[in-house]
Amino acid sequence: MNVFPTSDEMGIGEAGITAIFGYAVVFVGLFILMVVLHIMGAIFKAREKKETAANSGVQSGSVSAIPDAQVESVPLAPGSAGHVKLYDVPDKEAAMVMAVVAHKMQRPLNELHFISIKEVKSDEV
Amino acid sequence: MDIFETLKALLEDSGFMGFFLDGGWKNIVMIIVACVLLYLGIKKQFEPLLLVGIAFGCLLVNISNFYVDGVSSPDALYHPELWEQFLDESSEHYHSYGNIMANGGLLDILYIGVKTGLYPSLIFLGIGAMTDFGPLLSNPKSLLLGAAAQMGVFLAFFGAVCLGFTGPQAASIGIIGGADGPTAIFLTSRLAPELLGPIAIAAYSYMALIPLIQPPLMKLLTTEKERKVKMVQTRQVSKTEKILFPIIVSMFVILLLPSTAPLIGCLMLGNLWRECGVTARLSDTVQNALMNIVTVFLGISVGATTVASSFLSLQTLYIVGLGLLAFAFSTVGGLLVGKLMYKLSGGKINPLIGSAGVSAVPMAARVSQDVGKKYNPSNFLLMHAMGPNVAGVIGSAIAAGFLLAVFK
Repeated sequence: MNVFPTSDEMGIGEAGITAIFGYAVVFVGLFILMVVLHIMGAIFKAREKKETAANSGVQSGSVSAIPDAQVESVPLAPGSAGHVKLYDVPDKEAAMVMAVVAHKMQRPLNELHFISIKEVKSDEV
Repeated sequence: MDIFETLKALLEDSGFMGFFLDGGWKNIVMIIVACVLLYLGIKKQFEPLLLVGIAFGCLLVNISNFYVDGVSSPDALYHPELWEQFLDESSEHYHSYGNIMANGGLLDILYIGVKTGLYPSLIFLGIGAMTDFGPLLSNPKSLLLGAAAQMGVFLAFFGAVCLGFTGPQAASIGIIGGADGPTAIFLTSRLAPELLGPIAIAAYSYMALIPLIQPPLMKLLTTEKERKVKMVQTRQVSKTEKILFPIIVSMFVILLLPSTAPLIGCLMLGNLWRECGVTARLSDTVQNALMNIVTVFLGISVGATTVASSFLSLQTLYIVGLGLLAFAFSTVGGLLVGKLMYKLSGGKINPLIGSAGVSAVPMAARVSQDVGKKYNPSNFLLMHAMGPNVAGVIGSAIAAGFLLAVFK
C-alpha cells in the first residue's frame, strides 16, 4: 500500500492526513476487537451464570432447602455460639471465612456468633 | 627484529591513533556517552537488561572503529559501509547477507537478527508468554485506552515531518511514543535503519523514565476527586476465554493489517503457549531462556549502530526531543479518554488507568497504581491498569503495522 509517490516528498498536509488516518485505524481496529471481546465475554458470562445457577441449585437443595425451623432444630455443636444462615456459600467456604475472622480478631471461634454469610456478587457491589 | 619499528607499527595500529584522525574526537564523545549510559543502566537501573548491553555495544563500536571517509578500521566489529552497500540498490551487494557474513565483524553478524526483524519478534514471543491478558478480557473497554495512548505516535510523526525528516524516518521516530522497545526497533530497522541507534536509546531511556514523565501529566489532567475513584473488582476470566483470546486477536489483527504478523503473531503464540496449559515447557523457555538470549544479542547489536559519525548530529537531538513529546502526548491521549470514560460511566472509572495505555508493561500500570494509592491509600488500581497496559502493546503493534504498510 504505497500511499505517496515517494516517501521523501511527503508534505505537511499529507503527514497530517496520514497521522489522523493512522490514529483512526488504531482506534477502529481496537474498537472492533473490543466488540468481539465483549461478545465473547457475554457468551462466557451467560454460560457461567447458567453453571452457577445449576450448582447453587444443587447446593441449595442440600443446604438452604432445609427450612429455618428445621435448621434451628438441629442441635448445636458443643461450644458453638449459635446457628449461621448461608446464602450461596458452601459449608467449607463458610467454615474458612469464620476461621479467618476469628483469627483476625484473635478471639476463639466459639465466642463469636455469626448470624449469616452471604456471597456478594460483583454486579451487586 | 627492529624493536623501534615494531613499536611504531603497533602504535600506528592501535586504536589510540584513531583519536587523532579526522573526526576522531567524535569517538571520544561517544565513549563518554556509552559510559553515561552504563552509569544510568547499572547505578540508576534504567531498563538495565537492555541499556547495559546497548551502552556496551556503543562502547565497543566506538573503540574498535574509527570510521573515516566511508571506510571502517581494519578490525572493526561493525561496518556501516557494508550496511550502506546492503541497502544500495545499485550495489552488487544489495541485500546480500553473504557479503555481511564474509566481510563483517562480530556485531555485523549479530545485527542481522535486528535487520531481519528476528530479535524483536522473538522478544514479543517472550512478552506474550509473560503477559496475563485476563484484566483486558475482564474489561474490554481497556482497549480504547490502549488505542487513545497511541496519540503521541502520530503527533510525533507529524512533528518529525515538519522538522524535515522523511516519511519513513518520521514514522520510526513517532513509534517511540508507543513505549514499546521491540516495536520501535522492528519498525526502525525496516524503515530507517540509519536512525536505529538514537531511536532505540531514546525509546528505552524514556521507558525507564516513565515514573518521572507521567505523574506530573496525570496530576495536571485529572482532579483530586477523579484520582480517588475506587474501581469495582472485575469479573474472573475463564481459562477457555484466555485460550481463545490469542487465536481471535491473531486472526483479527493480522487479517486487518498483515504487516503486524511478525509482532502480533509472536506475541499471541507466546500467550497461547502460556494459557493452553499443555506447553508449560515451551512457555517457560520463551519467557526465560530465549528472552534472555535474545536480549543479549539485541542490546549489543543495537548499541553497535551508534557509530560516532552518524550518531553525533542535530538529528539525534531532534529524535530525543520528539521522543519525549511522543511519550508525553501518548500519556495525555490515554488520560483524556480515561476522563471521558469517567464521565460516561458516572464516575466509576478512575482516569488514572488511562496513562497505562502506553505499553511499557508493567511500569506504566505501576505508575497508575502508585499515583492512585497516593490520593486514596485504600485504592488498588494495578489490575485495572494492566488492561490498558497490555492493550497498549496491541495498539502500538497496530500503529507500527499501519506505518509499515504506508511507508515500506
